[in-house]
Amino acid sequence: MDWQLSEERPIFQQLYEEMCRRILTGRYPPGSRMPSVRELAAEAGVNPNTMQRALQQLDGAGLTESTRADGRTVTADETLTRRLRQELAGGAARRFFCETAALGFSRAEAKELILREEDGHHE
Amino acid sequence: MSDTLIQCTDLCKSYGAGPVLSHLNLTLGAGRIVGLLGPNGTGKTTLIKILAGLLQPTSGQVLVDGCVPGPESKAVVSYLPDRMYFADWMKAKDLLDLFEDFYRDFDREKAERMCASLGITPDQRVKTMSKGTREKMQLALVMSRRAKLYLLDEPIAGVDPAARDFIMNTILTNYSSDGTLLISTHLIGDIERVLDEVIILKDADVALHDSVDNIRQNRGMSVDALFREMFRMDPLEGGYFDAR
Repeated sequence: MDWQLSEERPIFQQLYEEMCRRILTGRYPPGSRMPSVRELAAEAGVNPNTMQRALQQLDGAGLTESTRADGRTVTADETLTRRLRQELAGGAARRFFCETAALGFSRAEAKELILREEDGHHE
Repeated sequence: MSDTLIQCTDLCKSYGAGPVLSHLNLTLGAGRIVGLLGPNGTGKTTLIKILAGLLQPTSGQVLVDGCVPGPESKAVVSYLPDRMYFADWMKAKDLLDLFEDFYRDFDREKAERMCASLGITPDQRVKTMSKGTREKMQLALVMSRRAKLYLLDEPIAGVDPAARDFIMNTILTNYSSDGTLLISTHLIGDIERVLDEVIILKDADVALHDSVDNIRQNRGMSVDALFREMFRMDPLEGGYFDAR
């Protein structure tokens, strides 16, 4: 189970973020049908009402759509997913700079680190 | 359908000595999973027994699904006591017969499926079941009723973590969305994520009644952490004990 829920934050919020991530990484592909509330709740080991709330937030963000006929499907709107992917990646970059700054690295040194890491991968 | 399933007004209960419940007011709606929390001896079991119609309040009023606890409410309330009440000579199939006789809303097929997944055979006697298996069997019976209100008194207290997962899963996959589940426990961490709301009892009254996500949002901590903070005690500090 990879639904890692932390202690302090509201559960529905964390479920929402995890499902966003799954949609943006293609685990729930564009246009596909989302698993049902019950399936998702059982998988995450959470209350179905809480899962429902998280899914409604996904609908609200436009990442999923609910219709009576098809249930809930993942959006096929690529402008939206591209923008959100960018936001998520931006967050990862900010976290990287925060962590390296806490360890005493300057911006320039941190950039250096990233480039070196990238080279390491190519070798 | 009215949304209020449980209504306690000015509810008091005492067993002679001090009050166990004192002027307690509580309203609980339909379709949710609620944790009833509190340290030992704060009246969790007493409250559940009153709701189940096994104890009479000393004063105040209780309504379950609009009726004073009695035959009508018992028909829609499925109660899991905090201890095993089956005679140990009984076989698994005897228990199914018993429930089928007693409760019109008992889904025998469902109970049989759950027994099968627990590895219980129809001819197995209660006597030969382990403590964990007994608890799981009893829960399977209770959850196989299509009740409006499930009262589960410490369903996970005596079992190992894997069995706890099984029990929580049984609860999650078997409760109907219009039913309400009231679960008393002090193992909060294990069940926090399946709860909609929690009721914390303290000093014979409701100290807190809120949704889990509200508590996390407003206080930045889990219900488990909040509980520990509310009931922190130093082993060797304060109080007066005179045994002579």
